Amino acid sequence: MIDDPTRLPDEGALRALVPRVLAALVRRGEDFDAAEDALQDALLEALRVWPEHPPRDPRAWLATVATRRLVDARRSEAARRRREEATYAEPRPGAAEAGDDTLFLLFCCCVPHLAPASQVALTLRAVGGLTTREIADAFYVPEATMAQRISRAKRTLQGRRLDQPGDLAVVLRVLYLVYTAGHAGRVDLAGEAIRLARQLTLATDEPEARGLLALMLLNHARLAARFDAEGRIVPLDRQDRDLWDTREIAEGVRILQSALAAQCPGRYQIEAAIAALHDDAASSDETDWAQILAWYDDLVALSDDPVRQDPAAVLGRAVAVGHVLGSAGGLRETDRLRQVLGERHRWHAVRGHLHELGGDLAAAATAYAEAARRATDVAERDHLVRSAARARAVSARCPERSEPSAR
Amino acid sequence: MPKYLLLKHYRGGPAPHHPFPPMDQWAPEDVEAHMAFLRHVSELLEENGEFVGAHALTPTRTWVRYGGPDAAPVTTEGPHPETSDLVAGWYMIDVESYQRALQVAAYVSSEPGPGGKPLYEWIDVREVMSEAPADA
Repeated sequence: MIDDPTRLPDEGALRALVPRVLAALVRRGEDFDAAEDALQDALLEALRVWPEHPPRDPRAWLATVATRRLVDARRSEAARRRREEATYAEPRPGAAEAGDDTLFLLFCCCVPHLAPASQVALTLRAVGGLTTREIADAFYVPEATMAQRISRAKRTLQGRRLDQPGDLAVVLRVLYLVYTAGHAGRVDLAGEAIRLARQLTLATDEPEARGLLALMLLNHARLAARFDAEGRIVPLDRQDRDLWDTREIAEGVRILQSALAAQCPGRYQIEAAIAALHDDAASSDETDWAQILAWYDDLVALSDDPVRQDPAAVLGRAVAVGHVLGSAGGLRETDRLRQVLGERHRWHAVRGHLHELGGDLAAAATAYAEAARRATDVAERDHLVRSAARARAVSARCPERSEPSAR
Repeated sequence: MPKYLLLKHYRGGPAPHHPFPPMDQWAPEDVEAHMAFLRHVSELLEENGEFVGAHALTPTRTWVRYGGPDAAPVTTEGPHPETSDLVAGWYMIDVESYQRALQVAAYVSSEPGPGGKPLYEWIDVREVMSEAPADA
């Protein structure tokens, strides 16, 4: 399906139309659920028909076909129940910009009481224009399962007024979830998340939206270097930096700077700043860890109780502390997290890294092996087993480098 | 064609052919060779048109049962969490015959261990019941 040449030329343009057509239908007073189904039908029809008969106005074509589907569906259902038109949003005057449509639909899909998996699936379909099949493939579940997840999510939305102000923080979190899921699957979800975040920045001036887009770009720039030809993880300090995408880095930095200029830093801007400092180093030895630590201080300061509310930030900060003040200091920072993260693989992996940094390879090997036992991702587990074996081999060869663990 | 589940175990099964340490204590090049072999097995099965799926499981296990009405599920790590049988992962294959399934399983079991020598790991082979009668 992916290598079918007939659907490639129009797909990007086609998918970009989805939020505009759907938003128009919903604003007109159509039920979100029914409109979304009708548009999905129209999209499948377009993929079938357009290669032979390209439409003159694709957007109007989609709107017309979706409307026809809605009318058909309504006729067959009319006997059973009357439409609940009054429940739904009145058209908002003058809201015809593409960016407004995207934001409007993102708010529809990312209502806070939906489960994150449902928010993600709904966003990818209603805003991203992916087919149910593509979303199912991306998350390695059967198509019927994903279809059910989407229709349950939409049932939850039924009867909700869709013109309420949305929660941008939820939208940002959902887009970031799409992005992080995108490194594993077969469909390029990372690219999709970037596309959606880009649309979002056209719709809102909120600096955190730009911070999120910058963060995605600055991480995505390193994608080609993150795995070798055999699919093995290559950690940041061993990556071939020539493989990094300098254009993506430049764009990420530019967007981050424009966000930071608003003087209203939030977690995505801060994380983007940290990513930018990593991207900025010509070699891992030249990484400006002092600046990275300063940003981590800001990140941790966003929470009242960072150990409980944002342990990932405290753990990231521990690595920076290890590089700036020495491994013993970093390890002490991780001790604060033992209660919260002690059973997670990342906590052990970070301790392995810090032990290695301090030259205690025997302790590093033990920590990496502990991390491997707790890993939930095959590539990561394999990477940790390798790290353990490597550290153990070096510590066996040069025992003088290996001192007893400090703890 | 019948489907078979080839189960790999963290522990349990017949007495091992020979003892070997956990993989994080192998020489790095032996770890690489082992992982490369497993990648090669999946590729080979895919090329043969015999591959259905493969998954690894984490070693953490929780037994759970219904707790009764209005009660939380009851969980335990099991009667002998350190020694009981523990599945590590599986291949699901779709092959011509039982003989072919045994052949594939034996090949998986030849995976290289410390010093590049075969592990002779026991593989648990189970036929998957089909959903429809064979003559349907």
